[in-house]
Order: sequence, then structure tokens, then C-alpha cells
Amino acid sequence: MLHTEIAIIGGGPAGMCAAIAAANQGARVTLFDRGKRLGGQLVKQTHRFFGSEKEYAGIRGIDIAKILYEEIEKNKLIDVKLDTTVLAIYSDGVISYEEGKSYKRMTSEKTIIAAGAAEKMLLFENNDLPGVYGAGAVQTLMNEHGIVPGNNVLMIGAGNIGLIVSYQLMQAGVKVAAIIDAAPKVGGYLVHASKVRRLGVPILTSHTIKTALGNETVEGAVICEVDDKFNPIPNTDQTIDVDIICLAVGLSPQGELLRQTGCEVKYVPSLGGFVPLRDENLQTTTNGVYVAGDSAEVEEASSAMVEGTIAGLSAAEALGYGTNIVAIKEGFKNDLDVLRSGAVGEKIKSGLKLLSC
Amino acid sequence: MDEKNIYLCRCENFTLKELHDLLDSGITSMEEIKRLSRGTMGPCQGKTCRDLIAKEIAIYLNKSMSEIDMPTYRAPVKPIKLGEIAGGDKNA
Repeated sequence: MLHTEIAIIGGGPAGMCAAIAAANQGARVTLFDRGKRLGGQLVKQTHRFFGSEKEYAGIRGIDIAKILYEEIEKNKLIDVKLDTTVLAIYSDGVISYEEGKSYKRMTSEKTIIAAGAAEKMLLFENNDLPGVYGAGAVQTLMNEHGIVPGNNVLMIGAGNIGLIVSYQLMQAGVKVAAIIDAAPKVGGYLVHASKVRRLGVPILTSHTIKTALGNETVEGAVICEVDDKFNPIPNTDQTIDVDIICLAVGLSPQGELLRQTGCEVKYVPSLGGFVPLRDENLQTTTNGVYVAGDSAEVEEASSAMVEGTIAGLSAAEALGYGTNIVAIKEGFKNDLDVLRSGAVGEKIKSGLKLLSC
Repeated sequence: MDEKNIYLCRCENFTLKELHDLLDSGITSMEEIKRLSRGTMGPCQGKTCRDLIAKEIAIYLNKSMSEIDMPTYRAPVKPIKLGEIAGGDKNA
């Protein structure tokens, strides 16, 4: 059976940085990704990043993916397996995967799971109608494949994803009829909200969707106001003509492979749902299994990159590679602290306190 | 709102009405609900609906999410053709 020192599952920002960090210390790495190229969600991020310079602030996500990819390509210790989906991690540590059209297996000394997150769905009438999309799916269609989903969009969710995808829809010439959010105020950054407001898109807070209208595909939506307990307020129904309903209502960490390793999890809504316990090296309660990025907790790409680096360094260190890794890691842990300052960061930090082991 | 048009699991067409009918009939274990409804057992293997179904059960029983008997995560995490497995791992 094939063998690698560190198996990294997921070639998004966390996985790519984990591979670079571990290989730079001398460890032999296998990086798995189901896509045809590396980058994960970075590939469709056409906007410039915030954060600090060290985490590529001011650079567009798609260009960050390119920078990381070039570094990976140069490193002979990293074996990249594209078009490869990891299918299972068994109790004896065997990893099975589908590479192209063949079924294969591998063992590893350490495993880093950086599998990202999946879009959340919302319950409303006719939520199975064609024309109901996840915001991430719309971004993939437009920014990766050059296809617009429709002509007129109702965006559900005024967090950063809902706001950014609304703006990108408008850049592609699609009308955004409204952005609604059940919360009493906009969840995303003010700078993103202001941008869409200036273009004339109403952001309706304390609103939810009740029904998608249409027979074969979406032809409209019924929305209504909600009270402070998120219950619909009677007689506030409003019908909007749209052909696309786009859901940006949060992400759930991809936990299947983690759970197969038997690691302990906790339900922490502020972090996206069921998330694994981890120590300060991002090792889960399963010895030798690490986690980084949205699989660890739903956050954003900058912190995913730093987490990936910490997990990669820790796995390499555990294999006896590198010198002075403790000090190097301290620097990255400080970076994480800086990224997690502010109101959103406080929420993440208090969630993470419940997960230390 | 008509619960028979609200889908929890789009892969297996499992609706909120069907879930509430099962719960009303006294079946409240998620493991049993999964077997009876096939919810979470479609092509996406529950990526979208697992937490949605668990949350509706939790609301119905007035319990927390952690108290719900979530089904285990079985291998493989995505459907794969039998022929590929039968073809075997050439490096085994």
C-alpha cells in the first residue's frame, strides 16, 4: 500500500498552507483535492482580501491561490493529487480515495483534515424548486464557469457572503431585487453593505422568506417581517418577482471524515455546528489527526491559512522535523489572535474556548 | 405554511410534513427516522439535511442538538461505482 508522512485532505487555503509549512520543515506530504486545480474557495474569490499583509491583504483570493500553488509546485516533497476525493478514513488509519476513476488506498503517519464546509439550507415552502441556489454555488457558476444563474435575484442573508455575492451578481449584469436577513441588523462588514446599498439594492433586516413561487422554476418569492424571536409577523407578506433565490445562510463544517476517525465533537452554533475538540496544535482527540480551516470552525480564508500553517508545522514537529518550531508557531498563534480581534473575532474566540482539549 | 412542500432532504424527497408525521406517531429516534424516510441517505450523504433534520427533531422534543442520536458517518462519504472497488487497489 502507498504510504506518506502527512496526508492533507483538502487543497483550499488551509490545506495548501499546511502542505507548504510541513514540507518546508522537511516532511513528505500528500495533498488531496477533489477539484481539477488547487485553491478551494479561493479560486472564486474575485475580491481583495482584508486582514494583515502577512495573510495577503489587498490581494484577490484567486491570486492568493496562484501564489500558494506556485510555492507548492516548487516543493518536491509535496505530492498533489487532484481530481481525487478521499472516501474514508478507517480505524486502522487506512485512507481510501477515488483518484480519477480508480479506487486506491494509502496510509499516513499524520493526517490533517482541511475539508472545508458545506452550504446551509433553509426551510421554506417549495425550497426544492429549480432556481433556489446556495450563494457559493452561484459564485462557482459565475466566477469559475462564466455562467449567470438568472436575471433577477432575491438574496437571503446579509452576512459577508450574501453581500459579496450580491455585488458580484451585479458586476455580471444580474439584478438583485433585495437582500433580506432575519437578524435585526446586517451581519457583514459595513463596507460591503454600503457598496450594494449605493447601487440601489434594499437590505431588509428582520425579514424572512416564506414561500418560493412558481411551478417548474422560481418565478417569485413571498417574504415577511419577523419579530425579535424570528417568528413571522402576520399581515406583513410581500411578493417579489424574482427568478433566482440565493441562500447565504451560513456554512456547516464538513465533518464526515473527522467523525470517522472517532474524534470528539461539540455543537457550537457560533462556529457553524458540530466541530471537533482540538489542542493548541490543532490536534483533535484522535492521536495524529489534525484539523484546520472551515472544517475546524467556520471562519474565513485568512485565519484558515494561518490554522493550516500551524497544523502543518505541528504535524512536521511531531514527526521530528524542524528546529525551533515552537517559536515559529508562537508567531502564527499571535497572527490568529490579531485576525480574531473585533466583534466577530470575539464570538469565534468564545466558541473556541469550549473546544480546547 | 404547507409543510408537505418544505423539503428537509432534497436527495430523497423527505419533507417536514413526513418528519412531523413520524414524530407524532411516536418515532423520535433519528436513527429510526433515517431508516424509515431515507433522509440523509441520498447522493450527498446528508451534507445538507443531517443538521436540518436533527434540529427539527430537537425542536419537537424540546432537547438540545447534542442530545439527538445523530447517525454515524459511514464510508464511503460519496457514492462510488462498485466496479471501481471491484477493480481493486493496484498498489495493495
